[in-house]
Amino acid sequence: MALDDSHLSYPLRRYGMDHDYYDWSMLAERPAVRWPGNKPLALWVNISLQFYPLNQQGKPYKVPGGMTMPYPDLRHYSLRDYGNRVGIFRLLAALDKYGITPTFAVNSELALRTPYLLNLLKERGNEILCHGWNMDSLHYGGMPEAEEQALISRSLHTLRDLTGQPITGWLSPARNQSEHTLALLAEQGIQYCADWVNDDMPYRYTHSKKPLWALPLSTELEDFFILGNNLHSESSYVQQIEDACDLLLQEATTQGGRLLALNIHPWLLGQPHRIGYLEKLLAYLSQQPVWNASGSDIVQAFAAQQQAGA
Amino acid sequence: MKADPGFYQYWPYQNRPKIRWPGGKKLAFWLAPNIEFYELNPPDNPHRKAWPQPFPAIQGYGIRDYGNRVGHLRQMALLDKYGIRGSISLSTALCDHHPEIIAMCKERNWEFFSHGIYNTRYTYGMSEQQERDMIRDSIESIYRHTGQHCAGYLAPALSHSELTLDLFAEVGTELFGDQAGFYTCDLFHDDQPTPIQLRSNKRFVSIPYSLEMNDTIAYVVNKVEPRRYGQMLKDNFDTLYAEGEQSGTIMCIPTHNYQVACPHRLKAFEEALDYITSHPDVWITTGREIADYYRQHYYDTALADIAAKQGAA
Repeated sequence: MALDDSHLSYPLRRYGMDHDYYDWSMLAERPAVRWPGNKPLALWVNISLQFYPLNQQGKPYKVPGGMTMPYPDLRHYSLRDYGNRVGIFRLLAALDKYGITPTFAVNSELALRTPYLLNLLKERGNEILCHGWNMDSLHYGGMPEAEEQALISRSLHTLRDLTGQPITGWLSPARNQSEHTLALLAEQGIQYCADWVNDDMPYRYTHSKKPLWALPLSTELEDFFILGNNLHSESSYVQQIEDACDLLLQEATTQGGRLLALNIHPWLLGQPHRIGYLEKLLAYLSQQPVWNASGSDIVQAFAAQQQAGA
Repeated sequence: MKADPGFYQYWPYQNRPKIRWPGGKKLAFWLAPNIEFYELNPPDNPHRKAWPQPFPAIQGYGIRDYGNRVGHLRQMALLDKYGIRGSISLSTALCDHHPEIIAMCKERNWEFFSHGIYNTRYTYGMSEQQERDMIRDSIESIYRHTGQHCAGYLAPALSHSELTLDLFAEVGTELFGDQAGFYTCDLFHDDQPTPIQLRSNKRFVSIPYSLEMNDTIAYVVNKVEPRRYGQMLKDNFDTLYAEGEQSGTIMCIPTHNYQVACPHRLKAFEEALDYITSHPDVWITTGREIADYYRQHYYDTALADIAAKQGAA
């Protein structure tokens, strides 16, 4: 039996994208962006602090990095916990040693469960963004809109109350979204979302009435992708990011500012056999002409120029 | 269902009639950037899911969009630097979505061949007429937007039917005679061109388009480290270049702007291109030119040699 005729019909075959979440444009064709201090490259280091429930629902699919064994999967649960108990302190020491300012993407349930850790983050004063409720609370296509609205609201209220910060950035668990996520985030005061990884610079979402910016947090350069998914060596992790940094710097000198965004997990890079490689990478990055800033500072610097240019 | 696709006979690599490429070159090098469009919400094909997550599957979609927004111009700059004309494996709907990209390739006289309409519309389950219509639409799109008579085919997302090669050859003939529809990239059985037996008996060839050197296969399927991929390209070249002394070989690098042109991968790729193009006996060319040259100079001797060796068995 042949396919339905809809397979030979293409209603969205038109100029631009096949959706209205954002507009089509090529990075190299856009006006040059300048970062503060005339630095060519903005460096955004995000540390993801996560709670993976032992009794995960896996709805609508098992979250990457989550439990894989029959319940109770103690090995994966406790190793994720290791990051929040031990690994994070190694990461913070390494970042401080090289003067790199991080942001923290935090699951709101983790903030509830670990007041000591949360107080530590608050005392540091670095920006915190919302990483959803927990790693098993996925936002997904087909999710009832009211249910997602409540989930976002609970996640943001909890984190705003606990941190005293405005919380204007968002990273979805597993970077998964529903068709409504962007609009719901904007309605609840989120100003930038890091889920979409289709660019090396911020851009504007067009799907919501309130301004919402994309701040792409590279998946390809994150520790989980390189070490956990691809099983590349630690030295290759360092090599890949140094190569990326070199290329983006080179492009920035001819085409205007670029963004190097690194996502780091304490349960991976906070391991004793890996922390030395992170230090090596940070030593390299700290020698480059980068503007190391928080997610919201990068978005603000970018947005100001877009408005000025418009 | 067949146990053997029936497109070619066993033809041992050793002792074939000697090939020399134009100018006496030993190795024909071509580079095939896939320029693709993946739909965010394609109709469900019962035989294969387009995305692992429910709509909107933004992770997979986003990185492919990255290829068009960011990666394309990076790879293009490298190809310009090393004097390489791309042979574009094109999701032809991209002519509508992103005509800027098509214009840039056209300016450089790059080749366009058909990679279907969208890389999210699979051949699986299509009737013969549906597949014929899809192929015709794609060839007509290439002609309308570029003026080129599409010579080659790589089925969308490597999704095939038993008739894919036949239909491509036949539709090419119907539209533009012998000037279209005469080579396929869908077979990985050889390091030299080989004649392909079709029901129309058209002079049709398979051109090596390596799966192993394909950046998506290397990076996504085989999870190769970027610098190692660069080394694999050089090693692949060294062997084919040395063997080209006996009889001309072909090296193809199939690429994707969302893989090879990512910032952490471009350097390894550039080093390989620098290495390959620095050798004297390399014919830097396109898929179409290889297929054309082969059909004119070696097709008949190849058929005779294949027949003789079948007889010898």
